[in-house]
Amino acid sequence: MAVIFILWLREVKKYLRSRVQIIASLGAPLMYLGVLGFGLGPVFQRAGEGSYLQFMAPGVIGMTVLFTAMFSGFAMLWDRQFGFLKETLVAPVPRLAIMIGRTLGGATVAVLQGTLIFVVTLIAGFRPSSLLAVPLAFLVIGLIAVIFSALATAIGSSLKEMQGFQMVMNFLVMPLFFLSGAIYPLEGLPRVLAAFTRVDPLTYGVDGMRGLLTGRTHFGIALDVAVLLGVGVLFVAAGAWRFSKIEA
Amino acid sequence: MRAGEIFAFLGPNGAGKTTTIRMLTTLLRPTSGSLELDGLDPATHQNEVRRRFGVVFQDPSLDGDLTASENMEIHGVLYHMPRQARRERSETLLRMFELWERRDDLVKTFSGGMKRRLEIARGLLHTPKVLFLDEPTLGLDPQSRNQMWTHVKNLNASERVTVFLTTHYMDEADRVADRIAVIDHGRIVAMGSSAELKQQTGADSLEAAFLALTGTTIRDESATAADQMRQVARVWRR
Repeated sequence: MAVIFILWLREVKKYLRSRVQIIASLGAPLMYLGVLGFGLGPVFQRAGEGSYLQFMAPGVIGMTVLFTAMFSGFAMLWDRQFGFLKETLVAPVPRLAIMIGRTLGGATVAVLQGTLIFVVTLIAGFRPSSLLAVPLAFLVIGLIAVIFSALATAIGSSLKEMQGFQMVMNFLVMPLFFLSGAIYPLEGLPRVLAAFTRVDPLTYGVDGMRGLLTGRTHFGIALDVAVLLGVGVLFVAAGAWRFSKIEA
Repeated sequence: MRAGEIFAFLGPNGAGKTTTIRMLTTLLRPTSGSLELDGLDPATHQNEVRRRFGVVFQDPSLDGDLTASENMEIHGVLYHMPRQARRERSETLLRMFELWERRDDLVKTFSGGMKRRLEIARGLLHTPKVLFLDEPTLGLDPQSRNQMWTHVKNLNASERVTVFLTTHYMDEADRVADRIAVIDHGRIVAMGSSAELKQQTGADSLEAAFLALTGTTIRDESATAADQMRQVARVWRR
């Protein structure tokens, strides 16, 4: 336990110290929120869907959590050769403890970053329909963070070269975001696109958050949370398995 | 290797020095043959073996975004040291390696020599029986190298820690090592004290003896993923 805690603490401390990184990582969400949010707002309104900002704010929070969590896994690739990871791999502790400590640390950082964006959306004019639901929404955010931190750990443990990073970014992370229904409603989509959105775990995360914060949900909150829990268990197991195979 | 000695492992690039260390430190499983460290097989008794050694890798494994103390603290927790013992031994070692005044500074602000010293201090925190040093003086100036070996020799004498080192600097091996093994193509081609190796090859310096044993051809290794990353790292450090 002490091992998991200290590795978790390490990730959080590093995050809180990296002011530049915190500010830099606000860039993309701000652009989506500012440009897309206000740019597409009038069209959305005319289509009779209500406020676009209100609709997409949970999506942007989900995106932030996804990106932050995935990056923590890629950092591992570098860490393995030039960083701290080897120090933990030769220590007399189970690999599982190291993996859990790192993944929880990465997930916590993603939740903190998501919180920051949540505050930004509030400033931009987003209004959750019920304040009581906000803590529940954070549980969903936590689930999303764990899912993608674990996925990132699995990928970071499997990749050998930095070039692989670009591949994963373009063919996995971006599609995960664009297919999630973060920026468009899931109703009335073409069948193929609808099928793709359904296999994206982030879809359920965004839908759950949106349901809790604004009352608008496609699948129902219970189903969203059930899917997230299932995928979470699966990805954590996959991450632990891949991590146990690292030879440095 | 005998307990308590300083043992140098020399060999051309690609001879298998680092691979040997990776196998002995449980990072890599041998494809054939067997290993033994303090009577235990690293492949089957991972945790027992891990408690017994400290290691300084060729590439840095400190966390630059943490302070020297924090790096030591995490190491102590990873090796299950009680809090009191952690603090006391950490202070002793940081003082010994002249890093105590800088203990609360972020490691990324340290010079190359200081980082190396901190890595050695950290590797010794849990009082290991064996200390592995994989090319610890690579890229350091003569002053830092000299100072580092003085520290290592003192520790070897005061704590009876066995030291296993690899280096490309023959003068270092000549100066600090009790015994030297020369490895080439994954096999040990000669072993003995520096004087014995010179005598065996009829050479007047260790460098000449080394060349006599391993030939003068330059070894062209194919670049690995790690080498490519090292190049990127070099660019980023500027």
